[in-house]
Amino acid sequence: MAVYLALKEVWRNKGRFLLIASVVALITVLVLFIAALSEGLASANREYIEKLNGELLVFQEGAQLSTTASRIGRDRIAAIRRVGGVADAGQVGFASVKIVPPDGSKEFDASLIGVEPGRPGEPPVLEGTQIERSSASDVIIDAGVVARIGAKVGDMIRVKVTQGTDEEFYDLRVAGITDRRQYFFQPAIFAPLLTWDKIRPQGADANRQGELITNIAVVKLQDPTTLQETAAAIETDVTKVEAVNRKTAWEAIPGYAAQQSTLTTQQFFTFFIGVLVVGGFFQIQTLQKVAQIGMLKAIGMSNWTVGWSAIVQIVTVNAIGVMIGAVGTLALVANFPVTVPIQLTGSAALATVVALLAIGPLGGIVSVFALLRIEPLRALGMAQ
Amino acid sequence: MIALEAINITKHYGTGASTIVAVNEVSLSVRRGEFLALVGPSGSGKTTMLAMLAGLLKPTHGQIVIAGQDIGRMSEGKRTKFRGQFIGFTFQSNNLVPYLSALENVEMLLRLNGKLNRQSKQRARDLLTRLGLGERLKNRPGQLSGGQQQRVAIARALIHEPEVVLADEPTASLDTERAHQVVQTFAELIHEQNRAGIMVTHDLRMAKYVDRVIQMVDGRISRTIADRREILQLAGAADELDGHTPSSNGKPVEAGEEMTTVLGL
Repeated sequence: MAVYLALKEVWRNKGRFLLIASVVALITVLVLFIAALSEGLASANREYIEKLNGELLVFQEGAQLSTTASRIGRDRIAAIRRVGGVADAGQVGFASVKIVPPDGSKEFDASLIGVEPGRPGEPPVLEGTQIERSSASDVIIDAGVVARIGAKVGDMIRVKVTQGTDEEFYDLRVAGITDRRQYFFQPAIFAPLLTWDKIRPQGADANRQGELITNIAVVKLQDPTTLQETAAAIETDVTKVEAVNRKTAWEAIPGYAAQQSTLTTQQFFTFFIGVLVVGGFFQIQTLQKVAQIGMLKAIGMSNWTVGWSAIVQIVTVNAIGVMIGAVGTLALVANFPVTVPIQLTGSAALATVVALLAIGPLGGIVSVFALLRIEPLRALGMAQ
Repeated sequence: MIALEAINITKHYGTGASTIVAVNEVSLSVRRGEFLALVGPSGSGKTTMLAMLAGLLKPTHGQIVIAGQDIGRMSEGKRTKFRGQFIGFTFQSNNLVPYLSALENVEMLLRLNGKLNRQSKQRARDLLTRLGLGERLKNRPGQLSGGQQQRVAIARALIHEPEVVLADEPTASLDTERAHQVVQTFAELIHEQNRAGIMVTHDLRMAKYVDRVIQMVDGRISRTIADRREILQLAGAADELDGHTPSSNGKPVEAGEEMTTVLGL
């Protein structure tokens, strides 16, 4: 009876219920879009660090886990490799360059990441070969670079840097292609350390003859379960360094935490708006139906049936809205250009949809209680 | 056979010095196949009486027995279920579910009682056809006139074969012609189906369709008219008064509670 009445009312008032379902759908699009943006921005920031083939990252002490402020030289790398529990360690340096597309289109920024061939920090290639020390101009590019300029293995790519006050151009050969490994919102080029050191932008007074200093060390452990102990051992045995796991490292990327908390707050408020919209609609509908509900109770309909009917209606309309919104968002996200940091993972989308399905009806609960409180006598104008 | 019996029922509102006695020690019984009109001025207690007989309100004292059960002793939930099974109800307005068709509104009571099947569906169709709504089965309330809506409500009140059928001012929103049609059909069906019917009304012209008129004043039964000739005289006098005879202040007397006063009820 409850389901019959609920669905009959929805079906016979399709326009009205479609309107609220559309509002729920738009809220769903907004929530999913924020989730996708949040994930996309987070990924664009942390992708390289997240996928690193090493469990620990070592920063210079006092650099507050900033890759740009941290300096790690050869002597420290050597010391790290000697610490018990460390299987290997690789020097990694970060810089920013511009890629000059071969078709003459606008240059774009890329992260130039210096890695030691064969050591932690170098990404595995999906096509082509790993880089070698002997081939200085060989680089690995990530799928983000491929998406923008369509480079293939063996192609030459041109990068532009500013050395001092002069612009310099370097042609690099694509030895291999790896999956998306953006860093700091930029697609990545992985070059051997010496190449990286030569190309990376430096001030006019840079000492090019000195020790090869990079930003961090990536450490692969013999046993990943000894992460805490090995990190402590590194900090004890090697002077003035700080060892952290990958998550701690990417959360320390400048602006990362603030950005994520902003987006989470936006998502929370959009959820909240959704709850209020659904609640407001059903509350208004309840107020319009007081006499009708009073009549139904008077002729023998139980509170349970009245309440269950309302819940079925709220859940149905909310679910229709969420589904329309979810399908719409998937279609929208699939058609965004690769340059837009939108990434909707299955698990994030599912979690958001489930949350919307569960939270949306909460707003309607108030109207269900209002329905249960309707007294037939008062509703029918028969009360004294 | 007695279908409904009210024994010394009293209803108080409020407590202490502010207590209002809406119904005071009223006893009443209605037989199966009997149609009764409850009349009286505003505040006479007739609506409170009807609400108690319908199980919508618990009496402060006394017993109301329908189908052998004292509904005053039942819990809220049990009374609601009892109403769905043993009582048929029509109201002044807001009688029907707006998004259900005429037929679906009638079938709702069968569905509520788990009695919806092919035979009962046919019975609902036949009843609506009998009430002149055979061509309107699929129309929703908004597509029906006030009189047609009341007839659908009558069909809904009778379809589940209740013990007692109650009507609260069923003609309040109808014109004279429609009001006569509705109450006449209601009376015929109550007699044919052997139900006990009680109608609260201000309109004494409708008295000609009932078997007994009970007048309430100040919460008590002040007069009962069971004689057919007297009932017809009363209804006839009310018909005469309707819009034709000036009242003491020079304005026409309308069908309503003024009429009960004018007619000495």
